[in-house]
Amino acid sequence: MSSMTNTDFSLSIEDLTVSFDGFKAVDSLNLYIDKNELHVVIGPNGAGKTTVLDLICGKTKSTSGSIKFLNQELTTLSEHEIVRRGVGRKFQTPSIYENLSVFENLEVSYPEGRGVFGSLFFKRSTKVIDEIHRIAQEIMLESELETEAGLLSHGQKQWLEIGMLLIQDPQLLMLDEPVAGMSVKEREQTAVLLNKISKGRSVLVIEHDMEFVARIAHKVTVLHQGKILAAGKMEDVQKDPKVIEVYLGH
Amino acid sequence: MSFIYDKLLGGKSGALGLLVLSILILVVFPLALDGFRLNLIGKYLTYAFAAMSLVLLWGYGGTLSLGQGIFFGLGGYCMAMFLKLEASSPENTAIQSTPGIPDFMDWNQITELPWFWEPFSSFGFTIAAILIVPALFAYIIGVAMFKRRVGGVYFAIITQVIAVILTVLIVGQQGFTGGINGITDLRTLNGWDMTSDSAKYLFYYINCALLITVIVLSRFILTSKFGRLLLAIRDKEDRVRFSGYDVANFKIFIFCFAALVSAIGGAMFTLQVGFMSPSFVGIVPSIEMVIFAAVGGRMSLIGVVYGTLLINFGKTTFSESFPELWLFLMGGTFIAVVMFFPNGLAGLWEEYSTPLMKKIRAKIQPSVTAKPSSSSYETKESK
Repeated sequence: MSSMTNTDFSLSIEDLTVSFDGFKAVDSLNLYIDKNELHVVIGPNGAGKTTVLDLICGKTKSTSGSIKFLNQELTTLSEHEIVRRGVGRKFQTPSIYENLSVFENLEVSYPEGRGVFGSLFFKRSTKVIDEIHRIAQEIMLESELETEAGLLSHGQKQWLEIGMLLIQDPQLLMLDEPVAGMSVKEREQTAVLLNKISKGRSVLVIEHDMEFVARIAHKVTVLHQGKILAAGKMEDVQKDPKVIEVYLGH
Repeated sequence: MSFIYDKLLGGKSGALGLLVLSILILVVFPLALDGFRLNLIGKYLTYAFAAMSLVLLWGYGGTLSLGQGIFFGLGGYCMAMFLKLEASSPENTAIQSTPGIPDFMDWNQITELPWFWEPFSSFGFTIAAILIVPALFAYIIGVAMFKRRVGGVYFAIITQVIAVILTVLIVGQQGFTGGINGITDLRTLNGWDMTSDSAKYLFYYINCALLITVIVLSRFILTSKFGRLLLAIRDKEDRVRFSGYDVANFKIFIFCFAALVSAIGGAMFTLQVGFMSPSFVGIVPSIEMVIFAAVGGRMSLIGVVYGTLLINFGKTTFSESFPELWLFLMGGTFIAVVMFFPNGLAGLWEEYSTPLMKKIRAKIQPSVTAKPSSSSYETKESK
């Protein structure tokens, strides 16, 4: 299976299956994402959306199938190796270091000094500080650099985690429900942010908020019981009778 | 200069704390206490090494080891083996059926020095062994546990089990280890009388110097990116892993370093107390070390030194008058600390002294408090 041919896609998933005690959470999935594409995966609860992200980033090992990123097979790599290949992943609940400041959160995520001895002798150079400021500005947290991350609002925590990924300049950015728990204004700002950061890389988003999906998605895939129900442009998917029946109808 | 100040001494409050501790142990104690009491303090301070190792491993790293006695003991035994071989010269042991081997071997009908005892006749090898053997053992445990992502309670239980196994092994292999009595009757170090007053003072000062060195080295680790990663791993291990770090390697490193620090304490214990026995290896001493760290403040390298001194001072005082009550009192103290002041003595100090200092400073110099504290990381850089 893993000997599939190389493609022009940034991410190509073919025949991906994972079964937990016989239950197939993801079933023969095929999914392709281009560079500069912002791809959204939607679907009812238990459709296997988060499992797909877990499979790509190595948190869950696949039963069969292939995940190729820039024509490199990911299924055999460990989590940190996948990250170092250029894949970043944001978790569903904001996953930040509450006891560290915003600055330190970004610094810890800076992709240098990743080994034991590298981190012992890591220097906080002007280059690092400048980069942290640049990212902080992008995620609208420049005035909060000294704040302990645990004191941020829920929406700011979500942005911080996105920033912690951006500082690693990933070629594939995966976001699990990035606007969950955000106010209307924060959603607007996040939509602008996502549109901006999808340039030059591929972005894979899981989201429930249809209005938000319509604003950001270049392409949409609807998952249902581990399989693809429909895929394409948001307008087309929304009209699909199968999609309306299992997901949008109620 | 700024590197030394910020990275090694821990900034203003860190440097001040270290200075106060240094004055206390280097000047006040030697002047105020007689030789016997000072030797007792020296013994307590060797436990402080183990407590400090728990600050790194447990306080910052979030990994509780209930087996630091293993490494304390290994360090202590390495030193004791060297001293025992020196004490067992053929002249000293002429009355034995096999002269030239440690007395307990002779009692156990062993007629030849075991192979693993041979190299301990060299002082250089012994020093190297004190630093390498415990760290290597920790490395093996660390790789076996952390690479398989064993952590939390399971790790604590496994370290405790290893402490039990090691104790049983030492007690059971009497002919090789001295059994339950341990390795006793250590008299000279390179021909120099260890029991003399001058030796005791020298060992005490070496112990203090090593303690301060370990604090400074640990500060370097904790103020580096490694230190922030430790906190990050404690807080959100998965986030660190999915930021491109091999988390297990960081835990293995800090576990090995903690083992090394404990082992130095163990070796200094043997030198100052004059023997080593399995009662410093097993569950009880290992848990006592955790209590020292908890009471002193598991986030404070300096705090645990005071915590260790306080608990041991209490132990000596109380167990003289009410021996059966002491264990309950210590258990009660531990529970009270965990429930009411999770950051121990150091946490209490921080809580009450910082506002007080601010008040005093505000009275003396009103402008100081008005100064904004923002972007302090930049000012630190440009110093």
